[in-house]
Amino acid sequence: MSTENVLKVENITMQFGGVIAVDNMNLEINKGEIVSLIGPNGAGKTTAFNVITGVYAPSNGAIYYKGNKIVQNHPQGKMKKLYRGENPAMYESHRVLAPTPDKITCLGIARTFQNIRLFKSQTVFDNILIAKHMLRTSNVFTATFHLNGKEEARMREESERLLEIVGLTDVRNELATSLPYGKQRRLEIARALATKPELLLLDEPAAGMNPQETLELTEFIDEIRKKFDLTVFMIEHHMDLVMEISDRIYVLDFGKPIAEGTPEEIRNNPKVIEAYLGGADDE
Amino acid sequence: MEWINQNLPYLMAGISVGGQYALIAIGYTMVYGILRLINFAHGDIFMVAGLIMVYAMTVMPIYVAIPLMIILTVLLGFLVERVAYKPLRSAPRMSIMISAIGVSYLLQNLALYVTGGLSQQYPPIPWLSDTITVFGATTKRVTVITPVLTIILVLALVALIKYTKIGMAMRAASRDFETSQLMGIKINSVISMTFIIGSFLAAIGSMLFFTNYTGVTPTAGAMPGLKAFVAAVFGGIGSIPGAVIGAFIIGICENIIKGLGWTTFSDAFTFALLIVVLIAKPTGLFGEKVIDKV
Amino acid sequence: MKKQTKIIWNVGLILGLLLVLFILEQVFPSGSMLFTVLKKGAIYALVAVSMNLLNGFTGLFSLGQAGFMLLGAYTYGILTIPVESRASVYQYFDGGIVQFAIPVPLALIAGGIVAAIFAYLIGLPVLRLKSDYLAIATLGFAEIIRAVFQWDKLGPLTNGSNLLRNFPAFKSVLYPFIVAGICIAIIVMLINSTYGRAFKAIRDDEIAAEAMGINLAHHKRLAFVISSFFAGISGGLLAMYQTTIQASMFKSAMTYEILLIVVIGGIGSVTGSCISSFLFIACSEWWLRFLDNDNLYIGSFHVPLLRAGFRKVVFAVIIMCVVLFYRKGIMGEKEFSIEGIANFFRRKFKKEKVTEGGASK
Repeated sequence: MSTENVLKVENITMQFGGVIAVDNMNLEINKGEIVSLIGPNGAGKTTAFNVITGVYAPSNGAIYYKGNKIVQNHPQGKMKKLYRGENPAMYESHRVLAPTPDKITCLGIARTFQNIRLFKSQTVFDNILIAKHMLRTSNVFTATFHLNGKEEARMREESERLLEIVGLTDVRNELATSLPYGKQRRLEIARALATKPELLLLDEPAAGMNPQETLELTEFIDEIRKKFDLTVFMIEHHMDLVMEISDRIYVLDFGKPIAEGTPEEIRNNPKVIEAYLGGADDE
Repeated sequence: MEWINQNLPYLMAGISVGGQYALIAIGYTMVYGILRLINFAHGDIFMVAGLIMVYAMTVMPIYVAIPLMIILTVLLGFLVERVAYKPLRSAPRMSIMISAIGVSYLLQNLALYVTGGLSQQYPPIPWLSDTITVFGATTKRVTVITPVLTIILVLALVALIKYTKIGMAMRAASRDFETSQLMGIKINSVISMTFIIGSFLAAIGSMLFFTNYTGVTPTAGAMPGLKAFVAAVFGGIGSIPGAVIGAFIIGICENIIKGLGWTTFSDAFTFALLIVVLIAKPTGLFGEKVIDKV
Repeated sequence: MKKQTKIIWNVGLILGLLLVLFILEQVFPSGSMLFTVLKKGAIYALVAVSMNLLNGFTGLFSLGQAGFMLLGAYTYGILTIPVESRASVYQYFDGGIVQFAIPVPLALIAGGIVAAIFAYLIGLPVLRLKSDYLAIATLGFAEIIRAVFQWDKLGPLTNGSNLLRNFPAFKSVLYPFIVAGICIAIIVMLINSTYGRAFKAIRDDEIAAEAMGINLAHHKRLAFVISSFFAGISGGLLAMYQTTIQASMFKSAMTYEILLIVVIGGIGSVTGSCISSFLFIACSEWWLRFLDNDNLYIGSFHVPLLRAGFRKVVFAVIIMCVVLFYRKGIMGEKEFSIEGIANFFRRKFKKEKVTEGGASK
C-alpha cells in the first residue's frame, strides 16, 4: 500500500454557539485505506462528516484533499468571543475557504447519509443517473435540445453497468423507496459511486442491519474498494464490521479524538474502553 | 415642530392602520405557528366580517349587529378550518396551502355574488366614527382608539397563552405538533381555538378598518390580508409580539410613504421591506433560527 | 414501443390536432365561445406548464408568475405598437420614448428575455429562501413590478396606469397553439434532459442532491429563469389575445388561478397542466355560463339563485371539491401518452382474455 495522503483534517473545531460538537480534530487518511471513525452516540462523528463534505463550514481549522487545501476557516465575529478550541491564530491570516457540498463532491469525495436520503419519487436507475449529472460537459441548451446524445448514452451505459456491479439490475425500474432497507443502503452507496469518487465517506452504512446483512455489506465494501480503487472513511457502530474491515480506527468522544490505531490497538486501549464503559457495545 | 404638525395625520393614520394589521396578523401568525400554513383565506374572512356588518346593520340595531357579526365571523373561521383544512392534516403542506387559496377564491366569489360586485357602504358606527381633534389634527375617533384597543387585546391574548391550559396546549402544539399529540393534547380543539381567536381578532380589526375606509368590496380583504401576513413574516412568523411590532412598523412606513406623495408605491414598499428583512434575517425580526439536521 | 414509432405517433397526433383546429375555424363563426376557450386555454397551458416546472419539478414554491407575465406582456406591447399609432396610445406622454416597432415573433422572445433577466436579478437574493418564505417573497416581487409599471414617471415607456393598445393581435386560433406548443415541447425536452433530472433531485431532497454534486444555487436559478422566460412569452401571447393590457390586470389573483390549474392538473405532470388549463378556462368562461342567467326555466320551474356571479361560486365549489377529494389532480404525476393508452388497452384486453379463459374452464 502506498502512503499517499488523501485526506488530512487539521485542527478542525465545529462550534454551534457555545456547544462544541467537534473539538480540535486531526486525522489523516492514506490512499487505499479503510479508516473507521467510532465513538459513543453524540460524539460528533456525523458533524465531522458534515464539515468534511461542506455541509457546515468549521469554526476553525483546515482540511486538505490530496495535498490541496479545500476548506479553511477561523473564528469570526461573534465566534471570536465564543470560540473555545485551539490554534485559531494558525488560520487567521489566511483566506476563508468554505466550498458548498457540491464542490466537494466534484473534487472526488462522495458520501452517504445516516438516515438514507434517496430521491424518493425516482426509480433506482434514475437515482444513479442523477448522480452522473455532475460529470456532464453539456450545458442547458445542448442538453435540452438533445445535442449531447453521446454523453447521455454514456451516462446511461455507465449507470447500467454500475447497477450490475452492485447487483440491483433486477429492480432498476422500481421506485427507490420501495426497496427493502438493505438494498436502499446498497443503492445509496452505488449512487455515491456514480460520481466517480476517490474517497468514499459512509455514515453508518450498517445501521439497522441484521448480522447476515452486515456480513454482506462488509464483503460489498471490500469488493467495491478493490474494484473502484477507493479510499473509504466510515462511521460505524457495528464493531464486528469495524474490526474486520478497518485498516485504522479513530475514536471520538465528546468531540475530541481520544485514540487512533489499528483495530488491535484500539481493542486494548484503556481510554477507549472507558469511553464506551456502561455501554460496551454502543448499539 | 411644523414638520410634526404636518406629518402628524400620517403618523396617526399609520399607527391606526398598524393596529388593524396587527389584529389580522395575529390570526396568520398563530395559524402558521401551529399548522405551518399560510392561511390565505384569513384576509377574506376579514372582508366577510365587513360584509356581515353591512347587511346586519340594515335590519337590526347596532348593539345586536356587532355581537352577531363577531359570532358569525368566528363561526366562519371555525367552519373553514373544519371543512377545508382538517381533512388535509396528513397531506403535504402544499395541498393545505392550495386549499386555503381555494377557500379564498370561494369566499371572494361568494361575496361577488351576494353584493353583485358593487362596493358596499360601511355603516357609520356611532362614537367610533365621530370626528375629533388631536394636537390640531382632525381625525376620526377610531384612529385613536385602534392602537389602544389593539394593545389591550394583544395583552389579553398573551395572558391567555401564558396562563391558561389551552394557551399552554397552543404553545406545545406550535413547538412540536406530533409530540404534543402524544402528550395527550387534543390537537383538533387547539387548532379550532386558534382559528376562533384569529377570526375574532379579524372581526374586530375589520370593524376598525372599514370604519376608516367606508367601502367593502369582495377583494377588500386581499391587500390588508397580504400586508398583515407580511407583517407577521416581518416580525418572525409564529411570534405574536413580532407580528404586532411588524404590523405597526408596516402601517407607519406605508403611511409615511403616502405622506411623501408616493402613493403608487405604498404597497410595493411593504413588500420591498419584507424582502430586505428576509434576506438579512431569513426568519424575521423575532423568529427562531432553525438548523436543518443532516 | 419503439422510439421511432413513438415519435411518429406524437407528430401525427399534433398535426391531427392542428388540422382539427383549422377545420373548426372554417366551420364555426369566429365569435364562438369555443375559440375563446381554445385561445386562452393554450396561453394558460403554457404559463401553467412553466409554473409546474418550478413548483412541480424543481420544488420551488414561487408565486411570481403574474409578475413575469406582466413583464412579457408589456415588453411585447411596447415593442410592437406601430409607430403611427403611438401618438394616440401614449397621448399623455407625448407619444412615448420608444419610436420603433419590431416583428411580432421577435417581440415575444424579447418579452421572454426581459422576464428572464428580471428573474435572474430577483433570484439572486430570494432563491436562498425556503418554501413559504420564497412564495411570499416572489409574490411580493410581482406586486412591486406591478406598482413600478403603473408609476407615472415611467409613463413614456409604460404609459403609466393607462391601457396599452393597438399592438398586433392574432386572428387564428392556430397561432397561440403553435407558439405555446413549441414552448411546452421545449420545456418537456428540458425536463427529460439531465438538467430535468437534476431539478427533480432537488425537489426530492436538496441535501442529497447537493451531495451528488448538483449546485443548488445554479440549478434553482436556472429553473427560475427558464420558467420566467416562458411565463414572459405567455404574457406576450395574453397581450395579443386581449388586445389591450394594463398593469392592474396582473394581480396575485392571476397567480392563484394558475396555481389552481397546476394543482388540478396534477403537480409534476405537464399534460395534466395542459388538460386542466383548458378545462379550467372552459368551465370558468363557457360551460357554466348558463348559471349567470337569472331567467333559466326547466319546464315551467324557475331555477332559483341564478344571477350574475353564481357561475363563479359554483366554479369555486368545484375547485374546492377537487382540492379536497381529488388531491392528486387529474393526472397525478403521470403523463398522458400514446404508449400509456396503448398499454392500458393491452392490459384490459389481456385481462378480459384471462377471465374468459377462466370462465371456459
